[in-house]
Amino acid sequence: MALYRYDEFDRKFLEERVAQYRDQVRRRLAGQLSEDEFRSLRLMNGLYLQLHAYMLRISIPYGTLSSAQLRGLAHVARRWDKGYGHFTTRQNIQYHWIRLEDTPDILAHLATVQLHGIQTSGNSFRNITTDPFAGAAADEIEDPRPYGEIVRQWSALHPEFSFLPRKFKIVLNAAPDDRAAVKIHDLGLNLRRNEKGELGFEVLVGGGLGRTPILAQTVRDFVPRRDVLAYITACLRVYNQYGRRDNLFKSRVKILVQSLGIEKYRQEVEAEYAAMGVEREELDLPDAVVAAMQAQFAAPSYPDASGDEAELNQALAAEPDFARWVKYNVKPHKAAGHAIVVVSLKQPGKVTGDCSASQMELLAELADRLSFGEIRITHDQNMVLPHVRKAALYDLWLQLGAAGLATPNIGLASDIICCPGMDYCSLATARSIPIAQALATNLAQREQEIGPLQIKISGCINACGHHHVGHIGILGLEKNGAESYQITVGGSDNAQAALGGIVGPAVAAHEVTATVDRLIDVYLRLRRDGEQFPDTYRRVGLAPFKEALVVAR
Amino acid sequence: MGDPVFRLVTGNRLRDGKVIYFVGAGVWTPLIAEARLVEEWDGAALLAEAQAGPPPHPAIAPTLIEATRDGERVVPVTLRDRIRAGGPTIAYAGG
Amino acid sequence: MLLDRNGGFRPDSWRHLADDEAPADGEAVTISFKRWQAEPERWSDRTRPLGLRLSNDVPPAAFGPAATRFALIVLNFPRFIDGRAYSQARLLRGRFGFKGELRAGGNVLRDQLMFMARCGFDSFEVDAERARAENWPQAFREFEQFYQPAADRRETILRQRLRSWQTAAE
Ligand code: SF4
Repeated sequence: MALYRYDEFDRKFLEERVAQYRDQVRRRLAGQLSEDEFRSLRLMNGLYLQLHAYMLRISIPYGTLSSAQLRGLAHVARRWDKGYGHFTTRQNIQYHWIRLEDTPDILAHLATVQLHGIQTSGNSFRNITTDPFAGAAADEIEDPRPYGEIVRQWSALHPEFSFLPRKFKIVLNAAPDDRAAVKIHDLGLNLRRNEKGELGFEVLVGGGLGRTPILAQTVRDFVPRRDVLAYITACLRVYNQYGRRDNLFKSRVKILVQSLGIEKYRQEVEAEYAAMGVEREELDLPDAVVAAMQAQFAAPSYPDASGDEAELNQALAAEPDFARWVKYNVKPHKAAGHAIVVVSLKQPGKVTGDCSASQMELLAELADRLSFGEIRITHDQNMVLPHVRKAALYDLWLQLGAAGLATPNIGLASDIICCPGMDYCSLATARSIPIAQALATNLAQREQEIGPLQIKISGCINACGHHHVGHIGILGLEKNGAESYQITVGGSDNAQAALGGIVGPAVAAHEVTATVDRLIDVYLRLRRDGEQFPDTYRRVGLAPFKEALVVAR
Repeated sequence: MGDPVFRLVTGNRLRDGKVIYFVGAGVWTPLIAEARLVEEWDGAALLAEAQAGPPPHPAIAPTLIEATRDGERVVPVTLRDRIRAGGPTIAYAGG
Repeated sequence: MLLDRNGGFRPDSWRHLADDEAPADGEAVTISFKRWQAEPERWSDRTRPLGLRLSNDVPPAAFGPAATRFALIVLNFPRFIDGRAYSQARLLRGRFGFKGELRAGGNVLRDQLMFMARCGFDSFEVDAERARAENWPQAFREFEQFYQPAADRRETILRQRLRSWQTAAE
């Protein structure tokens, strides 16, 4: 299998980290550390305090898991939680029912499968994310994950940038079709080639949602590959010195870029970069290192599967339900006779992104048998078996179906992104899961007619559910002690990223389904051939959507 | 309205994060029905009593909340506190 | 009390002058950045060991070029979550060639010591009683290797790997 394998250095480092954390927990329980002091330490290991218990967030670097790692996650769910985990829009997993006392043992267990909670919270680098189809997609320049691992290592317990003004999310993308939502991240790296054919990165800075949604802008078109760590360092150093620390809501790098202007921010970064001198050499990324990292992620040797098509076509013709699943959940793979399978964690009526320990174990087993032991997590809160032979699809569909994992809805209305909201989260202003459940159940019947549609729901202004960039976005608020929901339309998180527009006053929980129905009706009435929701919105504007709701009121 | 609104103190237990309620005399309980309810004007004193004690304090962030009585049941006023008391409002996956 | 990077405790032998205080002859003193900026000539006679106290919002360009004339620079962490002084330290060591003693003051906590030491700090203003009771010196030894280059000039994990591949290839 071709995934990154820890060497002695990595193993030692993670063991030392677990030991360090174990001692921090000991000091907290002994009363040597106050909650204030401990909070930042536990957050640096991904431990939050939520409504009902501690919540532990485990990093899934660049959204890639081995089957052994997924089994490790299942074990944690069973032994130390209530038998399930929740996959997030950050390609992480979080457990909602964790006991502080157990956390050192949990992290020690996860360390044996190369997983950790380092920097899944706190004001530092967060988990690095990327295209969930990386290494399998036909349209990518190169597998971005080796760079993801290089950046992951470089950012782990960074001496200078562990106490930034605020969290910092880096995203990597290597495909023209942006499946990683680059522009809503603090720093985006787009892999590309220059005119000479050399590899390097376009560097974007200053994206983010939350209270002030802003899309990232390009700081530099092309940074040669070997200089990328030095360049990111310059971007971060400017942020660490000038980012605001007086106001939590103005502390992300997006606000710095906005207030300086991209020109001035660029000047500062370039000046810093030019002055780096010997540090540039220390951060140099030699080709040999990249090559060694790439060898770790080498593509599996796919069997010759060109004959698989015929078999698949037979099954498609015989079984319409299977054909429907293939149509929506199976994506093109770069190797002949292979496919990328998206496993839906969005069965209508269930909780978005939740996955039971037995489902995880089943997926690990299926991955071993059918996908070279690899699994991916998507920022849409689904899972992926990235390298499946077409001849195996039918069998896979049956097995997934038996476990409630074959809902044929990827990219459709019931494939809703949704944060935990007030059912779990201490920051929430309203619930989001029940809203998602009601919408998914209501829309499932006509979602094929509607076609591609992204509904995204957040339980508060922090926007973990990315509502601003949903085709339809829903934000849970609190008004006079009751839950109310603000609805936006026309957002998008792909290469043409856009923020949605607000359609009118917030509505009560029981009105959300009908309101969304009306908005979808407007889209269906106005759309032209081939248009998706954001296309129609761009053409017709906000007015028809607003009107439809005014009429209804 | 009309139901009298009481005050009580809640927090999360340090060792495991569980929701707990202050009974008095350093004692905390996971059952909201066992919490000590006081009148509004005694709230501040109750909170001070709940916060006292040497480190490590058994509860993180003791907080004063409002609740009403419904027969034997104690019902927090805000949805958030009701969810804290009763658990998530949705069914969740099990092993 | 001061904690040293090597784990030892020692008293502070410097006097930290308020902006209206006068130094005694030959006495080792630190002055604020503001005071130094106001009258640099007065302090440049080199008749005494001189230290500088910098707040964390002074841009590197303002203090960097003059750094080498000081024997001690004290950087400040007003709250432990405010990490600006890490960058100041990194630049003082890496870019401006400061070789004197670099000291961390303010809200210095045990679990930040390692980051500070890596950024080039030599000494730390701590509450000695608490620091002894909680074995703070151990904080410098919790990790053997690191991924990033830093002011401590330790060879990074990446460079060590590269070296071992190259030897293997020969
Ligand atoms: S959006 Fe708000 S409610 Fe939802 S998970 Fe994020 S912080 Fe919690």
